[in-house]
Amino acid sequence: MKELALHILDLAQNSITAGADLIKLTINESLKNDILSITIEDNGCGMDVTQAEKVKDPFVTSRTSRKVGLGIPLMLAACQRCEGNLSIESQKNVGTKLIATFKHSHIDRAPMGNMAETIGCLIIGSENIDFVYVHIIDQEEFCLDTREIRQTLGAEVPLSEPDVLDWIKNYINEGLSNLRGGVI
Amino acid sequence: MKSLKELEEIRKKTLETINIRKDRTGTRVVVGMATCGIAAGARPVLMSIMDEVKKNNLADVVVAQTGCIGMCRFEPIVEVYKPGEEKVTYVKVTAAKALRIMNEHVMQGKVVDEYTIGAEEK
Repeated sequence: MKELALHILDLAQNSITAGADLIKLTINESLKNDILSITIEDNGCGMDVTQAEKVKDPFVTSRTSRKVGLGIPLMLAACQRCEGNLSIESQKNVGTKLIATFKHSHIDRAPMGNMAETIGCLIIGSENIDFVYVHIIDQEEFCLDTREIRQTLGAEVPLSEPDVLDWIKNYINEGLSNLRGGVI
Repeated sequence: MKSLKELEEIRKKTLETINIRKDRTGTRVVVGMATCGIAAGARPVLMSIMDEVKKNNLADVVVAQTGCIGMCRFEPIVEVYKPGEEKVTYVKVTAAKALRIMNEHVMQGKVVDEYTIGAEEK
């Protein structure tokens, strides 16, 4: 994948498939410690310990249409290329937490990419799921919580309404640009 | 900075048009969004489709996502379902191709033959 944001879009689909209604994405860029970590946490159906270990194998998948599942193996490979790692903590009927780490300055680390579009895509594809997106760069923090947006919008206006989606995308772009000191 | 006040404005504006959207029986545009689709560039395609829906105020068009269709080598794949017509599958779609598909097929009803899976497989 060309962007880390694309990995996130892909792996969040796993949470959606797991029946989650709240997905929390946390990106923590510590320039001081030279670590970038991505955490995807959901309240979906979860997995037992043996299953959680096995999903890193590309020839393990829960779907029945095919025998390969490449989402997690691709992310794992991306992490390992950059002196990082990927861990999965999961509990049956509680949820799953996936943590991917990278050496921030590693030459092979893909750029963060377009998070606004990734969140936009996730919202279009999953009307009843809420997302909390937290992005931290050293001490600064940006947060988007679709539950707050829903409160303002009321029950009648969906998040996937084109105007709302545009607002969310601009909100994220502005927020991230502020985090980076005005640079996109 | 984008404010919640702006969101409130959007809410009011949308409430006036939302009833039209509620009982939409129009065209369905489905984008493949599994690992294969995403890696091949499905995200900009979906965004381009959403932009067209917004720009042209296409109240009767539903944009949806689906998993892996099983033809990963043809991704990004876009399927267009028009009521009463056969499904059309477009392959190796880009943001620019999506624009044409929206304008010519979804809005004017003319299938863009050269982008279909039939043309690709010849």
